[in-house]
Amino acid sequence: MSEQSLFRVEDLRLSLPDLVGKSFVGLAARIEILRGISFTIQRGKVLGIVGGSGSGKSTLARALVRLLEPTSGRIVFDGQDISHLDEQALRPLRRRFQMIFQDPMSSLNPRRRVKGIIAAPLRLHGLTGIDRRVDEALDHVGLPRGFRNRYPHELSGGQRQRVGIARAIALRPEFILADEIVSGLDVSSQAQVLRLLEGLVAELGLTLAFISHDLSVIRRLCDDVMVLRAGQIVEMAPSAEIFAAPRHSYTRGLLDAIPLPTLDQPGWN
Amino acid sequence: MTALLEIENLSVALKNGPRLLRSVSLRLDRGEVRGLVGESGAGKSMIGKAVLGILPRSAEVVEGRILLEGTDILTLPPAERRRRIGRIAALIPQDPLTALNPSHRIGPQITDRLVDILGWKREKAEARALELLAEVNISAPARVMRNYPHELSGGMRQRILIASAFAAEPALIIADEPTTALDVTVQKQILKIIAGMQARHGTALLFVTHDLGVVSKVCQSLSVLYAGKVLEDTQVADFFRAPGHAYSAALLAATPKYTDPEGSLMPVGPEVLAAVQAEVDAADREWRHV
Repeated sequence: MSEQSLFRVEDLRLSLPDLVGKSFVGLAARIEILRGISFTIQRGKVLGIVGGSGSGKSTLARALVRLLEPTSGRIVFDGQDISHLDEQALRPLRRRFQMIFQDPMSSLNPRRRVKGIIAAPLRLHGLTGIDRRVDEALDHVGLPRGFRNRYPHELSGGQRQRVGIARAIALRPEFILADEIVSGLDVSSQAQVLRLLEGLVAELGLTLAFISHDLSVIRRLCDDVMVLRAGQIVEMAPSAEIFAAPRHSYTRGLLDAIPLPTLDQPGWN
Repeated sequence: MTALLEIENLSVALKNGPRLLRSVSLRLDRGEVRGLVGESGAGKSMIGKAVLGILPRSAEVVEGRILLEGTDILTLPPAERRRRIGRIAALIPQDPLTALNPSHRIGPQITDRLVDILGWKREKAEARALELLAEVNISAPARVMRNYPHELSGGMRQRILIASAFAAEPALIIADEPTTALDVTVQKQILKIIAGMQARHGTALLFVTHDLGVVSKVCQSLSVLYAGKVLEDTQVADFFRAPGHAYSAALLAATPKYTDPEGSLMPVGPEVLAAVQAEVDAADREWRHV
């Protein structure tokens, strides 16, 4: 029997060497990026992670899917402590958590066709029936199957981000981490990609962590919201609650700073 | 009264290629703040570049006039055109990191333009720079003048570029997505600084942005663009009550709004896109026949 929470994170700390401030000889000083973070992500829920630049949201995300190794603390995925597993031990788990990146232009190989891009992780994990899986993934993200033979540069920004989503869901993962995946898109394609993601979460029963600096986008998509500042959780609460009555002044400040497309927003004149 | 800036029927095209701006007309009065709004490729930055005479080499003006204080700058010889534009207009660029030279201190990057192009004395230029840095809320202006760009935060760098744009008291400033790269809290500070400076100095602003939220906060009027064509030219107060074009209405409905999660982030319907594209195609057919 698997436990209710898919991820359980306890007092997570992560520091990296400060290469900018490093002196010419000797070891670089370390900067603490994550400073004691604890939370859980329930199965089937969408967690929004929000914070200003440098708050540690991308580092936290990369630690969750173990692209980075924590300095201390624990990350438990589906009952298994993955905090310090080596690459070989992680391999079978990697299928189960996937990532979608911010900039599809740099995260999709420009020299491969769409089918090759989506098929690469399938091959890596030794799956069979690759052609069928690629077609299914394209169907899921609403791209015509004819797009299999296109190159990334032949696609629009929104279509490229759909390919990034197709690559992530083709493995049928349980968990997807989406790092600022709509911030580079125009509002019209942003809305489409979010609707798509919303549908996929429901249809495939995905658990999703959605990183964004845009609280309006988070409001639409997420069940719970975590507000990060300087590597610590400022507050974490159900989405409806945090937007109706943020408990922390930092969160209040973030909300008030969003220029809403209306004429009568308080605090702007 | 003559407008500060009047663009008449401006078409810009790639050399032997398609039009990037399609018979654009717009007017900006002294002290007016106009938003240029559209999605990527709509041509909003291209209008600013045409006015400043900094179109990319691959593009050229194929028809139309750009009247700055009543004079068509397109008919002037290059040297005179540069002088004229430099005296009337300035730019606040999008990316505060690439707009500042990383190997030069801040001071000269503000004052050189005043000295070299406008012929000011260096002492006068430096005094002016200090004054303006204080006006954009930089607390130790004299020290910041000696800093290099990498020693300052993104918000500080953007404030320096704002100070620099206002330094010579231009009548017109083109702000090209000046807050797109910034965090929301910093964006709010910067927008308030721009609005305050604009009001105190009576400067007219062409504010290029993709964000209708930003438009509602800083602009009085706006032009909505699609594929280099102006679809709508209206007052902000009217626009947010009832957009005048189906595409602009769809753009507004697609803009996220945390106060209305169900009613915002609406995808732009394919029929809306087809209709606006048909409008652009019809304009192109008509243009070829003239």
